[in-house]
Parts: sequence; C-alpha cells; structure tokens
Amino acid sequence: MHENLPLFYTFNFYVFGIVAVVAALLFVTRKSPVAAAMWLVTTMFALAALYIMLDAQFIGAIQVLVYAGAIMVVFLFVIMLLNLGHPSEIADARGRGWKLVAGAIGIAMLAQIFAITRAHVQPRIPQDYLARQIEYTGVIAPIAGPLFNEYLLAFEVTSVLLLAAVVGAVVLGRRRPTDAG
Amino acid sequence: MLAEALFFSAVLFTIGVVGVLTRRNAIIVFMCVELMLNAVNLTFVAFSQVYGVSGQVFVFFVMTVAAAEAAVGLAIIIALFRHRQTVNLQNINLLKG
Repeated sequence: MHENLPLFYTFNFYVFGIVAVVAALLFVTRKSPVAAAMWLVTTMFALAALYIMLDAQFIGAIQVLVYAGAIMVVFLFVIMLLNLGHPSEIADARGRGWKLVAGAIGIAMLAQIFAITRAHVQPRIPQDYLARQIEYTGVIAPIAGPLFNEYLLAFEVTSVLLLAAVVGAVVLGRRRPTDAG
Repeated sequence: MLAEALFFSAVLFTIGVVGVLTRRNAIIVFMCVELMLNAVNLTFVAFSQVYGVSGQVFVFFVMTVAAAEAAVGLAIIIALFRHRQTVNLQNINLLKG
C-alpha cells in the first residue's frame, strides 16, 4: 500500500488520525456517559485503522474485538446497570480553577512530548522490513514468534493476571448479605 | 508516517489527561484512562516499524492488562455505587481529613 498508492495512504492516515482526535475531544466534552462511550468507540475504531496502516493488522483486529467490542460493552453495561444515563444528575465538570490547571498541564505535556518526539530516531530494522515479513509469513506469524519464544513467561503470567482479575471482579461485585440495597 | 503517528498519539494522550483532571464522573475518568492506554499503544505500534515487532507484542500485553483493569475497576465502581449511591468523585471523600 505504501509504494503503490503513497498519496492515498497519506491522505487516509491523516483522515483517520483527525477522526480519532476529534472523536476524543467530543468524548471528553459530552455530559452524558452513554454519548461519551459512543465517541470513545469511534476513537478506538479510528485507532484500529491507524494500526492497520502501520503494518499491525493483527493488533488492529484485536483492537476492534477487545477494546471496541468487549471493554466498551462492559462500560456501557455498567452505565446502564447503575442508571447513569441522565445528563441532569451528572453536571460533573469541575470548576474554572481546575479547568485552567488542567489546560496548563495539558499544554505543558504536549510541549514536552513534541520536544521528545522531534529527536532523531535511528532505525534498527530496514525500511518496510515489517511489511515484507508480513507478505512472506502472513499477518500473525511475526507477532506469534516472539510471543511464544522470548515473551513466553510474560504470556503465561498473563493467564494468572486474568484469573486474578476474574476472581477480584466477582468478589468486588458480589452483594454482601448485610447490604440493605 | 512515524512522526504523524507520534503526533496523534501525543494529542490523544493529552486529551486523556485533561479529561481525567476535569471530569468528576468516575466512569468517564476511567474511560479517559483507557484513552491514554490507547494513545500509548499507538506509539508502540508506530515505533514497531523502526525498532522491530516487539512493540506489537507489548501492545498485546497492554490490551490484556487493560481488559483485566476494566473488569476490576468497573466492579469497584459498582461496589462504590452500592455504598454511596453516586459515582461523582467529589462525594467520595472518605479519606479526606
């Protein structure tokens, strides 16, 4: 895609990046949690498109399945369960002082991150190496190789993490017998 | 595309930080944290083009941790709502001196 249609590629990259940023801005400014969650889903879909254009097709698919599909559904489910969808009872933006402080911190962070990212990056692998690897071995093999060799211990520990999370969520969400409601 | 991806990632991360600082609804604050995780994932994916595929493996782990974190965090929010009947962070001040 890079070599054949460079202009098409660049244009779409900017389109999806701008969609992600605009949806994120709408997300933090919505009063209703349901509307906010929907805009966050939009951001995540746009990010999945960016991942696919950055030669991470598998990560893009996982992004749609796990983030937009599973995590955001759990968020919406909790919003529905707690009946938080009414914008009237959630006038939740903080006061002017907080907003000024947050804006100042945001501008400072942006400046710092831009300063860091302008540093020269010395590539460790040749250009389009990843794209050519994907062409030879398919989309998943370049990730599966390191995942099951170098990072096998981390992969196994992840299963313990997920088990702990399941047990913790059940224990925390359980209704205690002493609770009135 | 590395510079553009890093630019978008920085902007998204900052939006997440500002959201965490300016909102009081616990669920929206939590979603802002997810947005920050996503921004960092974009950085990892962008750098995996110049530093090798390890970044994508790391994104995989970040997503796993995010899923676990969402399950536990939302269970905490439900437990909190059961006790206080609110998710407004200003009313949750048990530790305030």
